[in-house]
Amino acid sequence: MRKEVLYQLKGLYREDFIIEGYRFGGEENSACIVGALRGNEMQQLYICSQLIKVLKDLEAHGAITHGNGILVVPSANSYSMNVGKRFWALDNIDINRTFPGDVNGDTTKQIAAQLFDKVKGYNYGIQFASFYMQGDFIPHVRMMETGYQSASLANLFGLPYVVIRKPKPMDTVTLNYNWQMNGTNAFSIYTSSTDLVDDASARQAVSSVLRFLTRMGILKYNNHSGYIASVINEYDLLPVKSYDAGFYRRLKNPGDPVFHGDLIAEVIDPYEGMVKSQIFSQTDGIVFFAHTAPMVMGNEVVYKIIRRMHE
Amino acid sequence: MIEEVVSIDLPVHERLVVRKNRLQPQKLTGREKRISIVTGTHGDELDGQYVCYEIIRRLKANPEKLKGIVDIYPDVNPLGLDTGSRGIPMFDLDMNRVFPGDNNGAMAEYVAAGIVEDIIGSDMCLDIHSSNIFVKEVPQVRLNDDNAEKLLPYAKMLNADFVWIYSSITVLDATLAYSLNNMSVPTLVVEMGVGHRIDNTYCRQLITGIFNMLINMGIWADEPINVKQPIISTEGEVSIINAAQTGVFVSAVNSMGTIGIGTHIGDIIEPIEGRILQRIESPTDGIIFTLRENPVVYKGALIARVYGGRKSGQV
Ligand SMILES: [Zn+2]
Repeated sequence: MRKEVLYQLKGLYREDFIIEGYRFGGEENSACIVGALRGNEMQQLYICSQLIKVLKDLEAHGAITHGNGILVVPSANSYSMNVGKRFWALDNIDINRTFPGDVNGDTTKQIAAQLFDKVKGYNYGIQFASFYMQGDFIPHVRMMETGYQSASLANLFGLPYVVIRKPKPMDTVTLNYNWQMNGTNAFSIYTSSTDLVDDASARQAVSSVLRFLTRMGILKYNNHSGYIASVINEYDLLPVKSYDAGFYRRLKNPGDPVFHGDLIAEVIDPYEGMVKSQIFSQTDGIVFFAHTAPMVMGNEVVYKIIRRMHE
Repeated sequence: MIEEVVSIDLPVHERLVVRKNRLQPQKLTGREKRISIVTGTHGDELDGQYVCYEIIRRLKANPEKLKGIVDIYPDVNPLGLDTGSRGIPMFDLDMNRVFPGDNNGAMAEYVAAGIVEDIIGSDMCLDIHSSNIFVKEVPQVRLNDDNAEKLLPYAKMLNADFVWIYSSITVLDATLAYSLNNMSVPTLVVEMGVGHRIDNTYCRQLITGIFNMLINMGIWADEPINVKQPIISTEGEVSIINAAQTGVFVSAVNSMGTIGIGTHIGDIIEPIEGRILQRIESPTDGIIFTLRENPVVYKGALIARVYGGRKSGQV
């Protein structure tokens, strides 16, 4: 293992901002793994720390196959993490909305450009990501439909689902999108947590990456085979919305089966405590995404359901 | 008439409401031109509030002159404006990065979709911004070179000092202006002033320009107005000065406008060491139209933009 400084920015009233990279194996740019880009992505950082721990050990036992090199970047935003901010603290800019960046641009664009320069050109790019909507997911691999995506490769992580997302305008400035446009096979891995560390789902994320690297011939490692993923299109997921606003009582979790007519959530008046509205499933299926917060707004997406197809 | 464009129930007994004020002639012929004036997408940008107020006041004062439909949306991001935050407070989300929106998306996307739906059908849209809290801008119109041919005649009506034609590569697809232009609503972005402040002089300058546009579009019946001939610039003619060092920027110029090559724009200093880290001079003879207001700068932070021909180091 080699520790590298990928980017350094002089601090003013703080110590310098440094993006550290951990390099394993040989000189080839085989796989690059990026953790937290946002200051609240604690789970993403934690997963990277666990992955680095395992890779150190595997490298010491000669498990990285000849020439293959792996770069892990646990956090590209330690500055925000240390001050409890989600985005770049001075100007509140989301680094994951700044790619591919600009070396002559504003601070965050320079950070994104320098980081992208160090993480591009790999065969495989894996990011532990968080979603812009607040909630929990079934663990899955997400790819953008750029024309370069390969769902069959995404399947090799052995996570239960592969989700293909047609990029919206706002997605074109993410790391994942720019990786793909630059010729890297890019995957975003979503586990069931962001702000809090969830050990079980972190272990699942680490094993899925090890499994993928093994199947791509980068590692020699004994994995159990994981799931055969179902590939779903994000726009085929059925959104379920709240009607009223208030306290939110969630009755189903990601992965739970639901049937048409099931009561899946309730909204409670914040002052009077009575149930204002009940939310029923409009389909048979499996909960893919579930809103997590004590409260909900009106007309907010609270679930996304994978519809079960009837033959 | 004040109408609700889109609303959302907030968790604890309150609604988020995006409003507009529609002003139109008493009797409609059905052939009226319609302009939409939008502001407040960024909650820290306030010049548009004064502009909306003054336009509505004048339209109401002389209703007989109104020959078209004027839709004014002063508060596209009402919670941001009310809390002084640039984005949508609960999500830290930049509202101008979620267009054209999505009825089945997150709250911001839902609101964005409702706003776009409401504006569609307008013959012109103006999206008024006040930079941000970091840099001050002279009144300027910005447009994307894809639409320059169509939009430039309108941009010239607005009494701006400056029209900046962006290369389409640097344009963000998820902005309101990009989305509307894409949906055949000609949309111009106006930038002026600085966040958290109202510059009355700049506002009045733009208001004159907006009335000129209304007259030209046949929406307002009045004597023609003489407006400024703006400098028209493409991206290559603008020198962008970024901080080469992290430090504290202290400006040496009092006002924007004409500047000579080598003129001292300011210094980036290191307070604890008592020294200058970077002396910043104008790289060209020209017009300084963007200047840093917020002193704390990290390497890369925008310090100034200067429009002009001759660059230092060039013969
Ligand atoms: Zn703005």
